[in-house]
Amino acid sequence: MVQLTGAQALIKSLEQEGVDTIFGLPGGAILPVYDPLIDSNIRHILVRHEQGAGHMAEGYALATGRAGVAMVTSGPGATNIVTPIGNAHMDSTPLVVITGQVATSAIGTDAFQECDITGITMGITKHNFLVQSAQEIPRAVAAAFHLATTGRPGPVLIDVPKDVTQSMMDWWYPATVEEFDLPGYRPEVVLDENAVARAVALINESERPVLYVGGGTLKSHASQELLAFAQRTGIPVVTTLMARGAFPDSHEQHLGMPGMHGMYTAVTAIQKSDLLISLGARFDDRVTGRVSAFAVDAKVIHVDIDKAEFNKVRTADVAIQSNVASVLRAWDAAQATPRNLDVWWKTINLWRDRYPLVYEEPSAEGPLRPQHVIEAIAAKAAPGTIVAAGVGQHQMWASQHWKFDEPRTWINSGGAGTMGFGVPAAIGAKVGRPDRTVWCIDGDGCFQMTAQELVTARSEGIPIKVAILNNAYLGMVRQWQEMFYEERYSEVYLSADLPDYVKWAEAMGCVGLRARTLKEMHDVIDEANAINDVPVVIDFRTDASEKVFPMVASGASNDEILVHPLQRGEGS
Amino acid sequence: MSPEPYLGDVSRTPVRHHILSVLVENKAGVLARIAGLFARRGFNIYSLAVAPAESHARFSRVTIVVDAESAPLEQIVGQLDKLVNVVAITDLAPRDAVERELLLATLSVDDESRPTMLDTITRAGASIVDVAATSVTVMLAGTPGACDELERALEDFTDVELHRTGRVALPRLS
Repeated sequence: MVQLTGAQALIKSLEQEGVDTIFGLPGGAILPVYDPLIDSNIRHILVRHEQGAGHMAEGYALATGRAGVAMVTSGPGATNIVTPIGNAHMDSTPLVVITGQVATSAIGTDAFQECDITGITMGITKHNFLVQSAQEIPRAVAAAFHLATTGRPGPVLIDVPKDVTQSMMDWWYPATVEEFDLPGYRPEVVLDENAVARAVALINESERPVLYVGGGTLKSHASQELLAFAQRTGIPVVTTLMARGAFPDSHEQHLGMPGMHGMYTAVTAIQKSDLLISLGARFDDRVTGRVSAFAVDAKVIHVDIDKAEFNKVRTADVAIQSNVASVLRAWDAAQATPRNLDVWWKTINLWRDRYPLVYEEPSAEGPLRPQHVIEAIAAKAAPGTIVAAGVGQHQMWASQHWKFDEPRTWINSGGAGTMGFGVPAAIGAKVGRPDRTVWCIDGDGCFQMTAQELVTARSEGIPIKVAILNNAYLGMVRQWQEMFYEERYSEVYLSADLPDYVKWAEAMGCVGLRARTLKEMHDVIDEANAINDVPVVIDFRTDASEKVFPMVASGASNDEILVHPLQRGEGS
Repeated sequence: MSPEPYLGDVSRTPVRHHILSVLVENKAGVLARIAGLFARRGFNIYSLAVAPAESHARFSRVTIVVDAESAPLEQIVGQLDKLVNVVAITDLAPRDAVERELLLATLSVDDESRPTMLDTITRAGASIVDVAATSVTVMLAGTPGACDELERALEDFTDVELHRTGRVALPRLS
């Protein structure tokens, strides 16, 4: 029997799970675990703030499809990673977070750097553990990875008291799921053949179907099945913010993103559909607008691995608890085929022709148009480039104007809307996919929240590229104040020059560039593309008055979608 | 699938409620997970009783009476089922379940009120479990309805201190 310390067992357990990277920052309570880490082949990325570790782990997970791992100390270390945990919970991102805890004898005494992190994260984890003995560490780690990556994925937290990692245990590792001791967890579901057949019947009689593709399609690796099903049936496809890349943007059946800032055609096709086929989507309020006015003529087939999503927002005519891939294969086997869709496509193509994505031409001397900057970066980006974003206007423009043709190339914070997500998530994505170019499309507000992680990127040799669309404002809030608060701008101005983003980048060991004119824009993009050894930050000076369109105002019906002012004329 | 909502027949029970018998792992924090879930999802708990199930200590049984008007039962069950420590959930329709509740009450009593008090507890099927000079402790283990009736009857007495356990339930044997 091999005797190990709990700390050694923890590292060895992570090795057993195939972990190659931990994003973390040490501190008192987690100290014992950082010692055996020296002898492990696992790469540790030393972050500058624990929030960075969490978002990096998320970026890693979203880019690779594997669980991201973060490790921090107790107390403030643990609370600093609460935001990424909440973010991962909203977006069903597989994450294993290890937190140090004060010694078991000190728990409950308000000891130095003590906090009840399992209590704090109860509502934002899929599950969490407070490990009581060193002997239990392997089980907790194995169970955590099993929970994080199966069923509906999500974050799992393991809280490890310092005396537990310091005490001895007899090494073992659970070999089977039974040994995980999870009697209440049964992620595998049997496909309900009856429900599949009823769905096929609905598809067969539909005349205006839409495939409403959500993040669950990416989570279940169903892109191939989706492409096959869509091509065979000719059904139009929309991909939500969480599903961008699940179906190629270049495909003619793709109508784009639905929702508050979705394509006119995607939003309107859903509104007018007679059958909405939801694949791993959850009828988020940002997609539905006013629920009572959402796709009122549509029957709904709702496919989800999580049965609690059924009838939560919208009543389903057929609900199928399953991963998306299995259902699509079953429908293909049953030759589910809608009626002739020629009229439907003719209508859709009219909308498409009439309301493409538009923006005003930028003038040569600036200010730059943010949409144009994104398209210029995309035009010069290497194939397979991964794009991460923060949250706000720049995120919506990136989702709209970048053309995603591959799963897991779009890294963003959907449900939680976490500003500052972009830079650390891009770093995590680059660590997970070092073969890919990673661009972070960021806003100036977001950048200021987590930019310190560029120090991490530089020191760890992670050469990401960051495009700050610097409009000197908290742009999305500014947009709402302009449109819904009579242009009364309250606490949204940030200044384009303070901080000096170029100097800041340089201080962090990155290359800092700036572009104000069209020529400078093209030049700096070329310059950034030529740099592959250090991170690059570009300060693009963009027009502050630019707003994201189309837009469905909060609480409005999707029928009241506002197109770009250039498209608002007679008859629209 | 789910049974008809139970229309409560006495004033103290909520108008529409469901009884969920939930088998959970007997681990630290499980009750907090359940309570936290109900709180953050806005589901109302009317009563909750928890104790180790059967003879082994690995599982506990939680009987939760939920307000079926605060959220659809399907949502409550679906969310509850996602808690990893929840092993099984049985939705008990009152007509298919045996429900019992325990009521304890202390009340002041003197020579004048004693005969009425004795009459009241006898009619309710309750028993006296403790006697002091000027007060008694009364117990009733019975249906929630019987407990409701006794509670109402005790309103006529003074210095009543009353505690009910919330109901426990199991499926009726068929």
